[in-house]
Amino acid sequence: MDTLLYLFCGILFILSLKGLSSQESAGRGNIYGIIGMLIAVAVAGYSAKDSGHIMEFGIAVVFATVIGAAIASRVAMTSMPELVAVLHSFVGLAAVLVGFASHYGEGHTSVHYIEVYLAIFIGALTFTGSLIAFGKLNAMISGKALTLPGRHLLNIVMILACVYCGYKYLSDPHDMTPLFIMTGISCVIGIHMVMAIGGADMPVVVSMLNSYSGWAAAAAGFMLQNDLLIITGALVGSSGAILSYIMCEAMNRSFISVILGGFGQTAGGAATSTATIEGDVTDLSAVEVSQLMRDAQNIVIVPGYGMAVAQAQHSLAEVVKILRGKNKNVRFAIHPVAGRLPGHMNVLLAEANVPYDIVLEMDEINDDMPTTDLVMVIGANDIVNPSALEDPHSPIAGMPVLTVWESEQVIVMKRGMAAGYAGVDNPLFYKSNTEMLFGDAKKNIDEILGCLRD
Amino acid sequence: MKIGIPKEVHPGECRVAASLLSAKRLIKQGFEVLVESGAGQAATFYDESYKKAGCQITTDCRQLYQDADIILKVRPPEQHSTLNCHESELLKEGCLLITFYWPAQNEELTKQLAERKINLIAMDCIPRITRAQKMDALSSMANIAGYRAIIEAANHFGSFFTAQMTAAGKVPPAKVLVIGAGVAGLSAIGAAKGLGAIVRSFDTRPEVKEQVESMGAEFLLLDFEEDGTGEGGYAKTMSKEFIDAEMALFLEQAKEVDIIVTTALIPGRRAPILITEEMVAAMKPGSIVVDLAAEQQGNCEVTKPGEIIEHKGVKVIGYLDFPSRMASVASNLYGNNMCHLLDDMGKAENYKIDLEDEAVRGALVLHEGKIMWPAPKKEAPPAPPKPAAVAATQANTSSDNKSKEKKYNPLPLIVTGLALILIGANTDTSTDTGSLLLHQISVFALAIFVGFQVVWSVTAALHTPLMSVTNAISGIIIIGGIGQLGNESQAALWLGITAIFFATLNIAGGFLVTQRMLKMFRK
Repeated sequence: MDTLLYLFCGILFILSLKGLSSQESAGRGNIYGIIGMLIAVAVAGYSAKDSGHIMEFGIAVVFATVIGAAIASRVAMTSMPELVAVLHSFVGLAAVLVGFASHYGEGHTSVHYIEVYLAIFIGALTFTGSLIAFGKLNAMISGKALTLPGRHLLNIVMILACVYCGYKYLSDPHDMTPLFIMTGISCVIGIHMVMAIGGADMPVVVSMLNSYSGWAAAAAGFMLQNDLLIITGALVGSSGAILSYIMCEAMNRSFISVILGGFGQTAGGAATSTATIEGDVTDLSAVEVSQLMRDAQNIVIVPGYGMAVAQAQHSLAEVVKILRGKNKNVRFAIHPVAGRLPGHMNVLLAEANVPYDIVLEMDEINDDMPTTDLVMVIGANDIVNPSALEDPHSPIAGMPVLTVWESEQVIVMKRGMAAGYAGVDNPLFYKSNTEMLFGDAKKNIDEILGCLRD
Repeated sequence: MKIGIPKEVHPGECRVAASLLSAKRLIKQGFEVLVESGAGQAATFYDESYKKAGCQITTDCRQLYQDADIILKVRPPEQHSTLNCHESELLKEGCLLITFYWPAQNEELTKQLAERKINLIAMDCIPRITRAQKMDALSSMANIAGYRAIIEAANHFGSFFTAQMTAAGKVPPAKVLVIGAGVAGLSAIGAAKGLGAIVRSFDTRPEVKEQVESMGAEFLLLDFEEDGTGEGGYAKTMSKEFIDAEMALFLEQAKEVDIIVTTALIPGRRAPILITEEMVAAMKPGSIVVDLAAEQQGNCEVTKPGEIIEHKGVKVIGYLDFPSRMASVASNLYGNNMCHLLDDMGKAENYKIDLEDEAVRGALVLHEGKIMWPAPKKEAPPAPPKPAAVAATQANTSSDNKSKEKKYNPLPLIVTGLALILIGANTDTSTDTGSLLLHQISVFALAIFVGFQVVWSVTAALHTPLMSVTNAISGIIIIGGIGQLGNESQAALWLGITAIFFATLNIAGGFLVTQRMLKMFRK
């Protein structure tokens, strides 16, 4: 009976993901997920009713629910990436804990110990990796890629050490020392792996950790001989893997090179790039920008991480509302890796009540660029960098970008002339049809809003 | 190839068929340009300037007609007062005449010209297709007329156009109503707006609302459903009920506005009466009506073509020569339109009357003595949609495609679902480790397969919710923790409870934040 109920939960989870295929059905998808989870917990709780520890179980669940709900309902949409990262670390931690717990007990086969070992390994990696990702997204740790000398070698040595510990552990499962050592090493691998990845690659990292947390759950499922855990873990794991793949595709990078990290290093050598940038940077005031917006009929807005940092999405939505009220065709162009999380910009715009049918993906809108009068780039840099297409020596060469420079006029809102996360100078800023508006995005957009209201 | 530019003989016509600039362009295209002495005088283009630009000046009009292979004119041929003959008689046999011609009103003349084997292109018949826009002389002239209409109105209007707060008192802004938002109407709106007036506009074609608003005017709407879009960008005649509603609106507006500009023309017909005597009488004394349709008897009942009259204190301007009143710019634009046409016809070198050329064929009235007008109707090319509309449709279609692509075949899902259930039902019977592991691996593999199927169909905009929902779901590890509740080992028990704690944190947080996000996605 339990098995069938668990399978039912698995199907609900599948439906839940399926629901996310469109905005209309997404809310329903989430409900399926919640129902599935409730049934699963109820079934598991019921079968443990005789254990005599239901009290503890209840207390833990109630406390965690209250805390989780409090965090989730307070978190700002701009700090979504951090929240997701920290939640991943919880899954990793739980997997480690369950792994240790299931080590205890008698009469286990060696297959079981292999599974325990794997669950703890993946769980620990996910745990520390996610914590580092959280720190980086939160700017507690520098976004720069940490590149230790011989880091690949270091990784290999650590993995070999884990394999050796595994061998020791299996030969005598009652001696837990190798298990502890492996857990420690695995934690270090997680830290090192994410430290070596630059800030611009964060969407990949977050989705990769998402995938890992799934695999950790699946490994626990093998260990506990629980089909639901295996199914769910596999679902989450493949979902994260696909997201990572999509993100890598969007940056024209191989998954391996992102994982191995050190992107910032090659980018630092941008001076070796043969192309020199010619032209001057011209800057405008917010008043002039608002005038340009009044005159334009077809407007495309390209938001980037800068918009999220400045929390400018609400003012921006207001500007868009006014412009749409004047019968202008205003649309958003979203690059797949804009922001620090897949779909990050969509969430922010949705929060600001921007209708989602004017929010388009890169492929949907790139062809319209030549007929666009005005493009506003807000706090984005690498995703609108023409050298990705024009300069074969550029570190971001081949990465698909929004071809904003094909439009009549481009306005780039930026804090300063600093390079983006990829550390590459952007020839867009020097093009004759590009004007700059320097300063904090929120402040500038508020000023534009004021001008448009008059 | 020689091009002749005679002086216009129509009384009061100040324009000339080639301005200095367009004459230079013609020379650049490889033509020799002959200009009759004094042809550009009224448009401030003097003989010496033409000479400097490389044209030949001739005082002998007859000779000019004899020498030229192509004659460019503004007005259709008419009686030449000084030479005492009709201009059509001056034309050399087999030459090409390009001019405003109005073939529907000049049928007799067309027959005469046909006998003399004249080739004739009417600039007023250039089809309104995208490619021929640069040759569209009617639009060039309408643009000037619209602007000039406002200038004339301002000239006769006794007040400012802008509102002014002065120490001596307040001046209200002028209110302008522009009827018909074609090229002339839009140009009038722009000019009036530029002077600071409050501008309203009415047109029977609802699709021009956007254009009117883009010029900064208010578009007056009738509470009535009828689309007046006719052929070639003109409006068609409307139903009686519509006209009644329209008239009521105009009467109401007439009491309020200071200036009315009417631009309503229906091709080949008398212009519709839009402003009745009653409406003119209802206007405030000192108000102005400018009737741009005076040439076709006018949109206003009291218009006298060619004159300004005063009717119950309201001045009604019925000039016929608005473009001619700005002869310099009018000649320049008209000249450029003709340069573009000649450019299209192969310049001097490859000059040819190409019957396959849609623009030329449409405007061709006579070809080697044969009457070619009206041109056979082609499949009416759809009006060039505005880029905004194009962009929007493209966006729509592409998103449609997307949604189609993303409709995955549910079959693999169902099949794997069934397979999972079969395997699941089989679990209890398999007890030995080997087949148990096999079972688990098949569940694992199938679930991955399902995961790939499902996740690929998730739209990019929902990637963040996808991540948080999968995150919440991966909190299922809580089951592992719950399983430890029965464990005798105290260590395992407490590890399990801690795991339950963290997993629940994850579940609650993940689902809740997903819910919050999804609520925000609205259309």
